[in-house]
Amino acid sequence: MPHWKYAIVVGASSGIGAALAQALTADGTQVALVARRADALSLLEEKLNSSAGQVLARSYSSDVTDIGTIPSLFAEITQDLGGLDLIIYAAGTMPRIGPEEYDTEKDAGTIAANFTGAVAWLNEAASRFEKAGSGTIVGISSVAGDRGRRGSPVYGATKAALNTYLESLRNRIERRGAFVVTVKPGPVDTPMTQGLKMPGMISAERAAAEILLAAKDKVRVAYVPAKWKPIMAVICAIPAPLFKWLNI
Amino acid sequence: MAEHLNNKPAEQRLEKVEGWGMSSSALSYVYRPVNIEGIQSVFDAARQSGRSVGLRGAGRSYGDASLNAENLTLDLTRMRRILDWNPETGIIRVETGVSIQQLWQYTVEDGWWPNVVSGTMFPTLGGAAAMNIHGKNNWKAGPIGDHILDFELLLPSGALKHCSRTENVELFHAAIGGFGMLGVITQLTLQLKKIHSGWLKVEAIGVKNLEELFQVFEERLPVSDYLVGWIDCFASGDALGRGQIHQANYLAAGEDTNPVQSLRVENQELPDSLFGLVPKSIMWRLMKPFVNDSGMQAINYAKSLSATTVSHGQAHIQSHAGFAFLLDYVPNWKHAYKPGGLIQYQSFVPKESAQAVFSEQIKLAQSYGIVPYLGVFKRHRPDNFLISHAVDGYSLALDFAVTPEKKGALRSLAAEMDRLVLNAGGRFYFAKDSVLHRSAALEALGQERVSKFLALKQECDPESLFQTNLYRRLFGPQL
Repeated sequence: MPHWKYAIVVGASSGIGAALAQALTADGTQVALVARRADALSLLEEKLNSSAGQVLARSYSSDVTDIGTIPSLFAEITQDLGGLDLIIYAAGTMPRIGPEEYDTEKDAGTIAANFTGAVAWLNEAASRFEKAGSGTIVGISSVAGDRGRRGSPVYGATKAALNTYLESLRNRIERRGAFVVTVKPGPVDTPMTQGLKMPGMISAERAAAEILLAAKDKVRVAYVPAKWKPIMAVICAIPAPLFKWLNI
Repeated sequence: MAEHLNNKPAEQRLEKVEGWGMSSSALSYVYRPVNIEGIQSVFDAARQSGRSVGLRGAGRSYGDASLNAENLTLDLTRMRRILDWNPETGIIRVETGVSIQQLWQYTVEDGWWPNVVSGTMFPTLGGAAAMNIHGKNNWKAGPIGDHILDFELLLPSGALKHCSRTENVELFHAAIGGFGMLGVITQLTLQLKKIHSGWLKVEAIGVKNLEELFQVFEERLPVSDYLVGWIDCFASGDALGRGQIHQANYLAAGEDTNPVQSLRVENQELPDSLFGLVPKSIMWRLMKPFVNDSGMQAINYAKSLSATTVSHGQAHIQSHAGFAFLLDYVPNWKHAYKPGGLIQYQSFVPKESAQAVFSEQIKLAQSYGIVPYLGVFKRHRPDNFLISHAVDGYSLALDFAVTPEKKGALRSLAAEMDRLVLNAGGRFYFAKDSVLHRSAALEALGQERVSKFLALKQECDPESLFQTNLYRRLFGPQL
């Protein structure tokens, strides 16, 4: 028996989302794959179903920034699946920002995909999990949300906003029996980080395995891999003037 | 009415709906209409959203029989008017949501009692008909369907079919027991039983093992009106199947010198406190510390010890309600099984092999280390309904606590017990079921019956509007 019977993965077409969908279907979970790129999604759907030997994955092409369409799509998916135990918001974007670049339009797009989209999907899930008295919400945030770094002002801010939003959801629905897991991965080798030189990069598959383990164990805030927890504790403890000077 | 129903947005109707055993639940869009027009507007709402409709009465089925995940639930409990009552003939016409409690409380003072009642008084009569419930007198009185004179069946098309033993006869015998898959029983007429006293004569008989249980049952059947056995499932070896039998008999006319008094509702009511001290509403909390293997083993042992010693052969009088509705003594007792809830595994086995099958089932459960906390034993007879759980034999109902650790093993155990039942030509009961596999349901009922039922469903409900989790699990199209 799979740990979760029915799951939604938003941002499933590549990277951590795709690896999560793969790990879930390998466990026998029925997964709704949500992403913007229909072609990539159907390829993944086909791949997952053929390796599972049964229809476990269904794809739904949808843009997370198109928030007006999300409630009805959410209802459609839960009907198709026959229920919902787990939702993972793994959609996100990290556009390259130049050191002296302040492009509001670009930033608005980052906010829409990383934060507003998460709110739109996870509000739907929180509302039903609160009624059901069960269910798990997983939000893929980032270590980048823990401090305001020079390199990615808005990417980091959307992840910080996501952290606070997830904490609020947790405080709302955990008392009803549902769970909210904030995942803060360090650098993961995905299309989003392609071409970037980052320390301690791990594969998307490893990240997915650790994320699901944290969700099963109901870890409230999970650093992936776990070594980022003490590292970020140190980084967070650095006084602001020193942090500015260090430019980590 | 229709406008009023449609005013409330569908998302506000999303509710958690639970099977009575609390081990299965689902979110569903719940509608509670009060009349036929209201029901029809629910059909329309379902069609508009491309969803199905699951019927639900009081929600007393243990498993997923009244769950319809992510689709619509038609809760019929608000249709609960008593439409006609004739105290001369004992014939009553009720709306579908009238409960067994409402029924007996309405008629008992006139000296009439339902021919068939379940162990709890809370099911609706529509639900009772759809499941074709039985009582502790099944071998003698048959299921409730044998006492239904007629009913109105609302089809998805809006057509209202009058069904009786002379009109729409096939539908009459298929919708009773048809677990809400053919239409909505909107109202029904029942024949009640004349009683001459509010009391029953009850005798408790302790039995040392399963062999003695069967032996005493067979001896007592011809002279009993009700007969029920309780089994301590923890006992093994020579004591396997030890327990207690309760026999009850009606009082003949004249035996009760003051029937007017004993037939009053207040003399039928279950006491609201234990020993006049502990309010029953908190009893389940007191039970909770004992709802585990060692606690239940101790309770079962104490009960079986008392059954074969102090209470053996004890005869007493008891009210009809007091004898019939044992499950209602401790309100919300199921909450003691929280958080995992419970499942009841009830199988019906022909008399020739019942003893061997039940003995094997108890041994199997013990070998799995998953011992039922309660075992209840009854005698049955076949009936004429298309979807029927009864056989000329016995049933054993086993209550299993559901825990996350043992859930998988419990399923394997149930599957092994199913095999024993199927090999013996036995059957299962949808009001109780949570774990049956579709191939087992097909084997138990037989291809011919199932095909006939599905053909009738296609005829009555061509768009397959009526569905439940149980229907999809056992008979729906395979994904």
